[in-house]
Amino acid sequence: MDEKFALSIIVTNQSGVLTRISSLFSQRGFNIDTFTSGETENPEYARITITASGDQHKKDQLIKQISKLYDVKKVEVMEPDNTILRELLIVKVSAKGEKLREVLDAASVFRSNVVDMSPESVCIEITGETSKLDAFLNFVKAYGILEYCRTGLIAVKRGKNCLFKNTQTV
Amino acid sequence: MSLKNGCEIIVEILVEQGVDTVFGYPGGQVLNIYDALYKNQNRIKHVLTAHEQGAAHAADGYSRASGKVGVCIATSGPGACNLITGIATAHADSIPLVAITGNVPTDMIGTDSFQEVDTIGLSIPVSKHSFLVKDIKSLAPTIREAFKIAKSGRPGPVLVDIPKNVQIAETEFTPMPEVKKVPDPVPKTELLDKAVKLINASSRPLIYCGGGVINGNCSDLIEPLAEKADAYVAFSMMGLTSMDSESFRYLGMSGMHGRFAATNAFTKTDLVIAAGVRFTDRATGNKKHFAENAKIIHIDIDSAEHDKNITADIKICGSLQYSLKYILENINKKNNANWHKEMENIKSKETYPHSPVMTAQDVIRAVNKYTSPDTIIATDVGQHQMWVAQEYKFKKPRTHLTSGGLGTMGFGLGAAIGGCMATGKKTVLFTGDGSFGMNLNELATAVSQKLPITIVVLNNSRLGMIRQWQSLFFENRYMATIPDRKTDFVKLAEAFGAHAFRAENMSELETALDKAFKINTPVVVECIIPPEENVLPMVPPNGTAEDIILR
Repeated sequence: MDEKFALSIIVTNQSGVLTRISSLFSQRGFNIDTFTSGETENPEYARITITASGDQHKKDQLIKQISKLYDVKKVEVMEPDNTILRELLIVKVSAKGEKLREVLDAASVFRSNVVDMSPESVCIEITGETSKLDAFLNFVKAYGILEYCRTGLIAVKRGKNCLFKNTQTV
Repeated sequence: MSLKNGCEIIVEILVEQGVDTVFGYPGGQVLNIYDALYKNQNRIKHVLTAHEQGAAHAADGYSRASGKVGVCIATSGPGACNLITGIATAHADSIPLVAITGNVPTDMIGTDSFQEVDTIGLSIPVSKHSFLVKDIKSLAPTIREAFKIAKSGRPGPVLVDIPKNVQIAETEFTPMPEVKKVPDPVPKTELLDKAVKLINASSRPLIYCGGGVINGNCSDLIEPLAEKADAYVAFSMMGLTSMDSESFRYLGMSGMHGRFAATNAFTKTDLVIAAGVRFTDRATGNKKHFAENAKIIHIDIDSAEHDKNITADIKICGSLQYSLKYILENINKKNNANWHKEMENIKSKETYPHSPVMTAQDVIRAVNKYTSPDTIIATDVGQHQMWVAQEYKFKKPRTHLTSGGLGTMGFGLGAAIGGCMATGKKTVLFTGDGSFGMNLNELATAVSQKLPITIVVLNNSRLGMIRQWQSLFFENRYMATIPDRKTDFVKLAEAFGAHAFRAENMSELETALDKAFKINTPVVVECIIPPEENVLPMVPPNGTAEDIILR
């Protein structure tokens, strides 16, 4: 049974490391759904969040193989119950007049921000869990989506516990 | 501390790491490294191969035979590309290598300059790790780290790519002692105690040895363990030299082309003690039915091997040597009389077909009479490789150099050169007409180096293993496996400057071997064997011991 999962990975912050990680996913037959990366509180390390899907056995194998990479310092599956998961979406919707009013109302219901407007379009920024972003896209689809762009998920555990203790505090 | 340039640092570190021989091929982006090698010929022997692939296989063979880290050097672009098959071969069999490649200067990387490729990109899926050294200050620590990675944990090949400007830049250099491998972690005692309990409770134990036993330098523990547990011992191809094959407990290789008794032992045993094996599809057949009446103890240095192919009852990750020693010391002395009866009965059913004409098996047995227990036996890949695994009486670890995981045709001659240089002793290569054709250019290397290598070409004028599959599973549609070549291997060998003999029957073979084993330079012995022989027994892909094809 395939299920979606999110992995957080701490790696050394060097060129080529992302290639090694993504290459491993394809070597082991995984499709990456989303991939985000950025520097951490310690500039020597970068933190990657990857979402993918696969069965339990393949997932366990993948995590073991990732852990073996020289540049990988920590890997963890982010359990949804105990994790803050966020994604950013910017969507450009075609709308004017009364239709525009409706889109703006929806934007405020979804607690999103209007970041740009032209006479015939509006650009909205929205953050949240994937399902919220999907729901918003589903709503504005009827008005005409010109284009959109999503960042992919980032994930942080709730509470005081951190993924990687060895980083220096800022 | 002294000021040195990058190339001098490379040589200093190789010497520091105990490297006495490197295999390589010069080129534009390693000219400076070769200049440093020129000035240090009294400290490091450089062996020029005919092709970079040969250099990688030679470094690999050197490592397999000696247990040391093998080193090869190639230039950028095509040089690096040609190393890749050799690096992948070492990776698949967990052989420690350090491959050094030159590259274009850092400011030219990414401009598609002459002989530029993304060497790191090429290396990622086929190596344990790879480094691009962009700064002279990180050169020495990086090469040292490469050696440490190569030999620590599950060993493997590491590539270090060094752009030309880094090779000529200067920095302060401080000599250091040889880097030590990171000690293998010691497994939890509770786990080992569980294993001990299972072994004590077992009445039909089967030890299953893989390449990890060789890599972990613990083959001396296998026979005592088998004796005390009163067990039989089966092997993956990579583990064949873990024990003296003359022991009655030695069942030989199991799996697709395994010995009948070894493959059947897995269906009869009540406990598999798997040491340093990875349960590849070629070894297990249908995984659902693999050792289905047995509990499995799986000891491996790499935790990713646990549950990858087979789910074991006890998974022990860490030092194999420590684990086996602990188990050996703590198990009871057993007497499994019924197990002997059962196994000796199965062994008696093993058949040895007799043929009126000279077969590969006849040749292997004949060569075996001329070799000594520590003779290095290299093979290529295909039918001859399986016949050697089945027939040759191995006695000591590190005497069998073969490409198990990747199955690289053309591996053998390079590996034999490396093995021969590591031991300085007579070395034998068994190859086929197909495999030999892939990298026979290395005959030139063997001749230049005056190496005592006897190359036994088992010539059936076929790409035999693939022909065998076409015969069994494709209704004899022999596509591209009957090459109809007119190669005269005797003349070919002589053209390279090697000695050569041809044998078409047993008496010619004896005459040829008598001469060949007296010659201390490369000799090719071409043996004409029947074209249509299959490697048997054979468990069809995804089959079980029930499906074993015997004739």
